[in-house]
Amino acid sequence: MGSIQERFYQNFIQDDRWTYLWDGLMVTLEVTLFATLIGILLGFIVAIIRATHDRTGKLKILNALCQVYLTVIRGTPAVVQLLITYFVIFGSVNVSKVLVAVLAFGVNSGAYVAEICRAGIMSIDIGQMEAGRSIGFSYTQTMWYIILPQAFKNVLPALGNEFIVLLKETSISGYIALQDLTKGGDIIRSRTYDAFMPLIGVACVYLALVLGFTKLVSLLERRLNQSER
Amino acid sequence: MSDKVLIRAEGVRKSFSGKEVLRGIDLEIRKGEVVVIIGPSGSGKSTFLRCLNLLEVPTGGHIFFKDVDITGRRVDIDLHRQKMGMVFQHFNLFPHMDILKNMTIGPVKLLKKSPEEAEKYAMTLLERVGLGDRAHAYPSQLSGGQKQRIAIVRALCMQPEVMLFDEPTSALDPEMVGEVLQVMRDLAKERMTMAVVTHEMGFAREVADRVVFLEEGILMEQNNPEEFFGNPKNERLKSFLGKVL
Repeated sequence: MGSIQERFYQNFIQDDRWTYLWDGLMVTLEVTLFATLIGILLGFIVAIIRATHDRTGKLKILNALCQVYLTVIRGTPAVVQLLITYFVIFGSVNVSKVLVAVLAFGVNSGAYVAEICRAGIMSIDIGQMEAGRSIGFSYTQTMWYIILPQAFKNVLPALGNEFIVLLKETSISGYIALQDLTKGGDIIRSRTYDAFMPLIGVACVYLALVLGFTKLVSLLERRLNQSER
Repeated sequence: MSDKVLIRAEGVRKSFSGKEVLRGIDLEIRKGEVVVIIGPSGSGKSTFLRCLNLLEVPTGGHIFFKDVDITGRRVDIDLHRQKMGMVFQHFNLFPHMDILKNMTIGPVKLLKKSPEEAEKYAMTLLERVGLGDRAHAYPSQLSGGQKQRIAIVRALCMQPEVMLFDEPTSALDPEMVGEVLQVMRDLAKERMTMAVVTHEMGFAREVADRVVFLEEGILMEQNNPEEFFGNPKNERLKSFLGKVL
């Protein structure tokens, strides 16, 4: 092992090895971003169904389906879900690994987002729904104009946190040989036989991303709160 | 007051998980009439009021609004609720909208008024209750009495034919009760049809055309305020008035 400078050169500069990290980072962000979109969409729908069931007793069958989805997803490890998606569900078709990861993480995240959103909807005082209905709004209109805007504001920190959890969770993508950020660092390690530099480098990139997003969420939160004071 | 019956309740019953809180109530509210409903807590008076616009769905009996049985199937209750304003004990203003938005969202989205038209009407109502300068405030910036006055004019923005008041002053600090009752008094003077659940006996005596006494889910007595307070017949009512007056 040489000096720190030599090791840095060897791990990141030589043979353009930094591109493993850069390309991996792009894959990580791509997967996280699209998985988040799927997660929010899915979670939102499940949350509405569940909250409507909780409050009105309607949608029994849909609610039961949602229950099964939540139980299975939250009761099994994400790695196992990812492996099943790749080797079982898409086992016999040739499909891009990024797409597999996006779907697996999206469906996984949806379950957590659903419970966050449901808690957000349930946190809004029942009087708000009654006030909306008494004016003449339908259940759906009251949800849309009155309940959801308030619920969204309440769950924003939790949703931001879920995004950050998801960002870190995608580091298991290497299990299906998808070259994300973590896998990129691991490849460098296998070339240079140096674990310290690439892995600490990877950790630093994740940390920087997480700090950045945390800042972003708190900014957004503050802007939303401005409208109320 | 005309003879036209606006709301008619027929044998209204309501149970919550086996416990019957309304046990067959008949009541008519005529156009332009102010009906005040009183009774001890737990008597079912709030539940009954909430049955009138189906916020609570009766387990038995019928509610007719302008001769339409709104408890029937195939009735678009949302359409009827537009004509029945409601004011709640806890105001229930929308905290994420300013006062003007609180008032105009109904008329704009449901009555398809233009925002300008709705705002103009909302402003005249706001001026009338002395809150014209708070149009762009948020509910969290207002006092309880101000919030309740806003809640009243928010309901009025829909130009309802009847106003339902569910203990509108019960959550207020004592010094704010007067300002809310004044708005309601003015409303009664304009011959708005009103059904009011309240503990304000002075208001009932002064403003009501008819006072109704509910206990244990049964309508025990109803009469004009002079007879009701001066010469109560029902024993339960006598003992109730003995406690509150």
